[in-house]
Amino acid sequence: MKKSLIIFSIIAVFLLVAIILQATKPYVPHPVADLKLKYSKKHVPSVDHSKLAALQVKFSTPQQVTEACNSCHTERHKEVMKSSHWNWSREEYIPGRGIRTIGKKNVLNNFCIGTQSNEQSCAKCHIGFGMANPDFSYDDPSYVDCMACHDNSGKYKKATEQGGAPDPSVNLNEIAQHVGQPLRSNCGTCHFYGGGGNNVKHGDLEMSMFDPTKDVDVHMASDGVDLQCTACHVTKNHVMAGKVYSLSSMNRNRSTCEQCHTDRPHTNDVINQHTVKVACQTCHIPVYAKVNATKMSWDWSTAGRLRNGEPYNEEDADGNHAYMSIKGSFVWQKNVEPEYAWFNGTANHYLLGDKVDTNEVIRINSFNGSYEDRDSKIIPVKIHRARQIYDPVTKMLIQPKLFAPEKGDGAFWKDFNWNTAAAAGMKEAHLPYSGQYTFVNTEMYWPINHMVSKKEKSVECTECHTRDNGRLAALKGFYMPGRDYNAGVELFGKVLIVLSLLGVIGHAAVRFAAHKKRK
Amino acid sequence: MKKQLVYKRFNRFWHWTQSALIFFLGLTGFEIHGSLTFFGFENAVHYHNNAAIGFIVLIVFAIFWHFTTGEWKQYLPTAANLREQIAYYLDGIFRNAPHPTQKTALSKLNPLQRLVYLGLKILVIPVMVMSGLLYMYYRYPQSYGIESIRIFDLGTVAVLHTIGAFALVSFVIVHLYLITTGHTITSNLKAMVTGYEELEDEKH
Repeated sequence: MKKSLIIFSIIAVFLLVAIILQATKPYVPHPVADLKLKYSKKHVPSVDHSKLAALQVKFSTPQQVTEACNSCHTERHKEVMKSSHWNWSREEYIPGRGIRTIGKKNVLNNFCIGTQSNEQSCAKCHIGFGMANPDFSYDDPSYVDCMACHDNSGKYKKATEQGGAPDPSVNLNEIAQHVGQPLRSNCGTCHFYGGGGNNVKHGDLEMSMFDPTKDVDVHMASDGVDLQCTACHVTKNHVMAGKVYSLSSMNRNRSTCEQCHTDRPHTNDVINQHTVKVACQTCHIPVYAKVNATKMSWDWSTAGRLRNGEPYNEEDADGNHAYMSIKGSFVWQKNVEPEYAWFNGTANHYLLGDKVDTNEVIRINSFNGSYEDRDSKIIPVKIHRARQIYDPVTKMLIQPKLFAPEKGDGAFWKDFNWNTAAAAGMKEAHLPYSGQYTFVNTEMYWPINHMVSKKEKSVECTECHTRDNGRLAALKGFYMPGRDYNAGVELFGKVLIVLSLLGVIGHAAVRFAAHKKRK
Repeated sequence: MKKQLVYKRFNRFWHWTQSALIFFLGLTGFEIHGSLTFFGFENAVHYHNNAAIGFIVLIVFAIFWHFTTGEWKQYLPTAANLREQIAYYLDGIFRNAPHPTQKTALSKLNPLQRLVYLGLKILVIPVMVMSGLLYMYYRYPQSYGIESIRIFDLGTVAVLHTIGAFALVSFVIVHLYLITTGHTITSNLKAMVTGYEELEDEKH
């Protein structure tokens, strides 16, 4: 009996050790080195466009360049003309609202508010020429601007306030002979400057990413894998994967980290389990706006102050605009810690003409999702907060006319009169304006997906799993170890421990005293 | 008085392994809970989960041992001598009165010990193991989980686990003190280390 027990306990110890070793045996994820190898191979073009006869002919208008492109790439313009880059709208299913055609045409933002009535200025970032021309048509392929996205010389630029036409200084032949797959310099020319200046809108997309270091973005780093935008925003027939939820509503054709890294990329499986509810970006983008500040808030209500009848600008300590007569007051921030939200890949939008109450902050866009939702994950977001113009009678956010080449058209940036700007803007949008306006608080959510940090810089466990002021402190409705506890149970536990200690100490003291007395 | 083998080899192995594991689980567990910082959160989670598996293996062997040796009968509650035992701790112990319950190899536990250990075995430890397993293998609502145990709130599981942990801390405090209440201050401790204890001859 005794012998068998000894053997038994020895087996037990061995089993214990074996199981613990088994449990600690690391899971080996797909190596990142393979990805590095795959994406380090540079694309070698099969055609040298500088040798093509069609591109030697002297171009005098940009439309001629497009025609030359189409003479070989005979069907590509049709793909382009189906894209939202061209149409500034696309069909989206919005949960609860059905199928709607939405885009820059009819979705507002809380930066420069909207494009309607301002096309001549906004179209600097349209992949076409002459959007504001009276004879412009979305069906006319000669207006397609191939160069905006395919110039590899880095010398193409569009003119300011000319409806999307190239700058007159551009040598069209040189551009046409140096085309290729889009580079960061192509995408960045528009996407880094959205909202009227560098890093105004996104926070995680800005001009430092033309040539970023590994500290700014591990994927795009010029001294690293040097990924171009299209490495992740994989494009087929001019349809790009991944889009931003300022204008999108649907969970479709997204570009995700998991597509390369899988949903079990870590050696530690407890961390892999997080991917069910936590997006990669949440831990791997600890801060955004790492190099240059991004606009965090915009107060339109202060716009229109003039000095000696002239508009003026003021700068903050870092040289960013703190006030502009044409736009109002701004707050900029650098190295911003994101806020966090549940997101299932679908979003809702304020669409031009929607009636909303001002009891709560008006959401320009809102992300659907919750802890209970199977498809939801926690994502990092930049929330841009603004005060913008609103009609208290019609209960609509106002699309003001901001831009006009000259005074007298009602444009705010020339005439500095909100009433005429609101009237002109809403008229062009074919919406009513009561003649009364006020300013209301709005919020717009921008998912943070870029500026992924080195793994060593990832968010630490205890930045979220902590009692107070953790990164996820604002996300309620679920239990997170390290953060959450039941206050009653905590009190019960503390009282129990204190009583046990007091009981033990008291008993020991009386025993000791009695013992002494007996002596 | 006669030296007797009270705690057999497996009994001692089980007791000391369990005590080490409970101490370690408490330390790592309260770090995960946010009450203290020692190993670092990630390590604490890792150690806690592995120690828990070790603990469960130990429990399986202990259950086997208890049933094959009949030791489980030691924990059968009894009302006999219960009042006297309480009176001893509240009064007799200060007067150096004799222990009311005689300790023998076949009946190691006094009626109070029987009650407390039985409570641990059938209530606290099972609650800790079950809530711990759910905590560990819980995969968030509806995701890769076992649909029949759809837990919508980790909170209930975690709070139960926390209550058990507090109960165990309290138990350990009192248990450590009661070591000193044997025939001499150290006789209980020596017995659990060596297995042997001087016991009075059994009365017949």
